[in-house]
Amino acid sequence: MAEHDHDHDHSDPEHSELSDIQLRVRALETILTEKGYVDPAALDQIVESYETKIGPKNGARLVARAWIDPDFKAALLKDATEAANSLGHVSPVGSHLIAVENTPQTHNLVVCTLCSCYPWEVLGLPPVWYKSAPYRSRAVIDPKGVLGDFGVTLPADTEIRIWDSTAETRFIVLPMRPPGTENWSEERLADLVTRDCMIGTGLPTPEAG
Amino acid sequence: MSNTIHDMGGMHGFGPVEPEPNEPVFHAPWEGRVFAMQRALGSAAGLWSIDGGRASMEVLPPLTYLAASYYQRWFLGLEKRVVAYGLAGADELAAGHSLHPVAPLKRIFTVADAAKPPVRGNFERPSTAPAKFKPGDRVRTKNINPTTHTRLPRYARDKEGVVEAIRGCHVYPDTAALDIHDENPQWLYTVVFTGKELWGEDADPAIKVSIEAFEPYLLPA
Repeated sequence: MAEHDHDHDHSDPEHSELSDIQLRVRALETILTEKGYVDPAALDQIVESYETKIGPKNGARLVARAWIDPDFKAALLKDATEAANSLGHVSPVGSHLIAVENTPQTHNLVVCTLCSCYPWEVLGLPPVWYKSAPYRSRAVIDPKGVLGDFGVTLPADTEIRIWDSTAETRFIVLPMRPPGTENWSEERLADLVTRDCMIGTGLPTPEAG
Repeated sequence: MSNTIHDMGGMHGFGPVEPEPNEPVFHAPWEGRVFAMQRALGSAAGLWSIDGGRASMEVLPPLTYLAASYYQRWFLGLEKRVVAYGLAGADELAAGHSLHPVAPLKRIFTVADAAKPPVRGNFERPSTAPAKFKPGDRVRTKNINPTTHTRLPRYARDKEGVVEAIRGCHVYPDTAALDIHDENPQWLYTVVFTGKELWGEDADPAIKVSIEAFEPYLLPA
C-alpha cells in the first residue's frame, strides 16, 4: 500500500502513519502549489467560507420559517432543496436535502455509520462527535443511550427513527416548536434552533434562546 | 474494501459520545488546509469520485483508522490518491517539493470558484430502466461482502424492510468508487427496518432505522 512507502516504524501506528502530520500537510500543499494544481489563495478562501459563512444559522432559518409559515413547512417537507433555495437569505443548497419532521409520536436522529455524511450547506461542517466512533456505532442500535449522552430524554412511547445517510441524500431534522414561543419573531425563533436540534441530538428550549 | 473498520453501525465498546462545547470549525490550521486541498482537487480536477475518496480512507489499516482524527484520515486518503493518480510521487512527498515535470490538470479550482457559495453536486442521473420497487414494497437486502467499496452497511445486510420512498436514480457508489467515469446510475430508495429485524428480540421496540439503499442491494421479500 502507498502509505507503506514511507520509512516509518510500524510497531506503533499512532506514531508512524500519523507522525508529523502537520509537516506532511505543508509538504503536500507545497508540492501541489509548485505544480500549479492548487492555488493557496483559493484554499484560504475555502477555509474562510466554512469558518464564517456556512453554518447552522442557515438551517435554523429554515426551521424558524417552517414554524411560522405552514405553506413553507409543507414545501420544506416536500423538497427541502427547493424550499431552501426559495428563501433569498439562505445560502444555496444543492441536491437532495430532505427534511424530516419531529412529532409527538416520532423523534428523528441523523447519522452516517459508514463515514460522516452531513448536510454541510445548512449545518456547516460536522462536529467531531458526529464523526466519532461512539456516535457512528451506537446511534443505530442504542439511540436512547446516545440521546442520554446529550442530556435528552424522550417520553417512553416516542418512536425513534434513525436515518443512516448511506447515499448522497442529506437529512435535516425539523424539530417541534417549543410551547411558550407563540408570539416570538422569526429571528428570535431561529436563535432557539441549535445545530444539535437539527441532527436530532438536541431539543429546542425557550431557556436556550 | 467493504468489511473494514469504517463500517461501525451497531458495534459496542467505543464509549460515550462526548460533545465539545463551543467547538471550533477546525482545531488546527492544518485541518483547514487538508479540507481545502481535498475540496479544491476533488471538485475541480475530476480525477476521482466522492466514493473514490471514501474508499481511499476505508482501506487504511484498522489501527490507523481508529487512531486517526477525521482530518488525519482525510489527509492519509488524499496522500494516497495524489500518488495513485500521478499528481505527485512518493519521492516528492518525502522531499517536500516538486521534483518531476508537471502533467496539467483539466481544471484548477480558482479564487473565483472559491468566491461562489459552495453548492453540493447533483448525483441524480437519468434512469435507464423503470424502478423495480415502489413505496410500501417489502424488500430484503442482499448478503454481499465485496472486497471493493459499497454503501450497504453490514448491520443492514440480509434484512427485511419496507421501501418508504424513491429518491431518484443516482450515481452508483460501488462502481463510481473504482472509476469516476463508471457512474452506472441506479434507483435509490429509503428502506426502513424495525429494531427487532436488525438487532433481534431484545432490541428496543421504539426504534426504526432506515438506510438509503441502491436497487442492486435489494431483492423482493
